[in-house]
Amino acid sequence: MQRRSILSLPAGLLFLLPAGAFVFVFIILPFFWIAAVSFTNRTLTGRTALNPEFVGLANYRRLFDPDRFFNSGEFGASLILTGQFVFFSAILGQAILGLLLAWFFYNHRGWVQSTVQTLAIVAWIMPDVVVAFAWFAFLDRDDGTLNQILSAIGLGHPDWLLALPMVSIIMFNIWRGTAFSMLLFSSALGSIPPSHLETASVAGATGLQKLRDIILPLIRTHIITVLILITLWTFNTFTPFLLTGGGPAFQTEVVSIYTYRTAFQFFRFGMGGAVGMVMMIINLAFAIVYLGILRSQKAHA
Amino acid sequence: MAGVAFRGVSKSFGAVTAVDDVSFDIHDGEIVCLLGPSGCGKTTTLRLIAGLEGPTAGSIHIGDRDVTMISPKGRDIGMVFQDYALYPHMTISDNISYPLKVRGVSKEERASRAAEVAASLQIGNLLERRPGQISGGQQQRTSVARAVVHKPQVFLFDEPLSNLDAKLRLEARGFIKHLQKRLGVTSIYVTHDQAEAMALADRIAVMDGGRIVQMAPPLEVYHRPANTFVANFLGSPPMNLLPVRLERRTGVTRFVADAFTITAEGWHERLQGRVDDGESVILGVRPEHLALGEADDPWSFPGELYATEPLGPETLITISVGDALTTLRIFGDDPPVVDGRVHARIQNTNLRLFREGGERIELG
Ligand SMILES: Nc1ncnc2c1ncn2[C@@H]1O[C@H](COP(=O)(O)OP(=O)(O)OP(=O)(O)O)[C@@H](O)[C@H]1O
Ligand SMILES: [Mg+2]
Repeated sequence: MQRRSILSLPAGLLFLLPAGAFVFVFIILPFFWIAAVSFTNRTLTGRTALNPEFVGLANYRRLFDPDRFFNSGEFGASLILTGQFVFFSAILGQAILGLLLAWFFYNHRGWVQSTVQTLAIVAWIMPDVVVAFAWFAFLDRDDGTLNQILSAIGLGHPDWLLALPMVSIIMFNIWRGTAFSMLLFSSALGSIPPSHLETASVAGATGLQKLRDIILPLIRTHIITVLILITLWTFNTFTPFLLTGGGPAFQTEVVSIYTYRTAFQFFRFGMGGAVGMVMMIINLAFAIVYLGILRSQKAHA
Repeated sequence: MAGVAFRGVSKSFGAVTAVDDVSFDIHDGEIVCLLGPSGCGKTTTLRLIAGLEGPTAGSIHIGDRDVTMISPKGRDIGMVFQDYALYPHMTISDNISYPLKVRGVSKEERASRAAEVAASLQIGNLLERRPGQISGGQQQRTSVARAVVHKPQVFLFDEPLSNLDAKLRLEARGFIKHLQKRLGVTSIYVTHDQAEAMALADRIAVMDGGRIVQMAPPLEVYHRPANTFVANFLGSPPMNLLPVRLERRTGVTRFVADAFTITAEGWHERLQGRVDDGESVILGVRPEHLALGEADDPWSFPGELYATEPLGPETLITISVGDALTTLRIFGDDPPVVDGRVHARIQNTNLRLFREGGERIELG
């Protein structure tokens, strides 16, 4: 079949114009502005606010200064914390837990499944600030729900946000995002024709063999999509700031918080811009790797 | 090799009873077709045998094992689904050999067994392709190959040909029968196509509303249907059913309808003690057991010509008798020329009688 466009090219471009202008003004322009700013010593106040000077790669050199790169509160340390945060809360937590939950509910359909899914959606659409407050209450040292449960079964009552801040924000982020993975995986599993699994059962496959040979390959693209989304989200999420403010002592200062502190606490926009550019490159690298995997999968299928 | 038996098996889904107190014995090496209208419980029966559903009551046996509580994995069955259920991410070879893979058979042996089975089903040249790259008929064969590759004790087929076009269906039907006879594996084949059931089955089990109404060899089901439901379901076109009233007072038996009266010479004794004078019964006669007759023939009845359909080796002539239609099948290359009022003559040796409630009356 021959595809014929209903619009001439100039008319088509005309319709594209409003959206294009929007994207240009709010996304493309700021991007280049930040890129430019990252090569200056621009600040919010003072002399360099009016007349920023071109400083070349100085901001980047400062960011990657080998003498203090891994010191607490510096960019390198922040990247390592972010790596831990993403690995444990997004990949291990949200993705794998979400998949296991979806698989469990796939095999045990009924009111439990629909109730849990409904609750998960409710939890997922709650605003971050509300959730953060709920977690404050949940993690409170003396009156928090978690510690009341723990001390009831004799496991002590640590001060979560002070003593185990990283564990706290990881738990928080798992709680926050698992619902999304679970729902996406549930719909992916729901799209597998039942006869595929029944054939495997009759052929003699165990539950694990079915998961490995049939289900995972069939929902591979869904898995990659979920991984792309949740690693990028978790990498960029700012919500942990609501719980710990990046502390205590920079222990939970993931890169989003680091960027914020650099750019807005001391209003050093030049430095902030440089951090932003690096983060963007890292995000881009993630996305390219994932998309590459996705494309090679598609080519296989 | 093993037979399959049901003992009082029922299966309900909530308020719906899909299978209702069914018992049967399918012998070792036999191919049985489950035949019936949509929703009568054929698929459910098959899934009960496979273990994909558990019965609400009764027990299921394969060979001398009671498998009622055994999962599909433990039943040693090969099954072909209506949609073939081939795995899109595996090659044809991997698809076929999947039952061997889960049994821990080595990679080389799997490949060689898959190649062997594929060759015997004439899909040996497709082994490296994927299901999306082969035709419907080839997918159907792949699905059959996967069901037979591990030499199961029982084959189950759920309408495996319904996705094929008419020509491929005929071809695949012959091929399945050939394969089943060659392997000698007990098979249960679900279909709602009566011609397919007739062609394939050693015995046909006709189902209606979750029950088996008749289970017998195809020709017996065809010629001696247990009731009007079976009579109506088999044959294309199905058996003609003519409601009549019996008259036996005068020492001869007459079948009386509004539009005609047939004097059933020689039938008085055959019906002795089986039907009463004045009883309403249903005459059942297959289209091929009706011929064009004369008005003065005692076994003929009149009707108005409704349609003539020449089919090549035979011609179907439909006439309206009262407010019902009756079909005659006339063999021969030249369609008979008829018009207006037609007399149909019953070959009375092939006449069946049913009670008003539907069940067939055994004749003396
Ligand atoms: N999982 C289920 N839940 C509820 N009802 C079901 C289920 N499976 C089947 N039924 C019902 O049981 C009855 C028998 O269904 P079954 O699938 O066995 O029919 P069938 O003879 O195979 O029909 P078809 O020729 O249309 O495939 C139907 O009334 C159907 O609606
Ligand atoms: Mg069915």
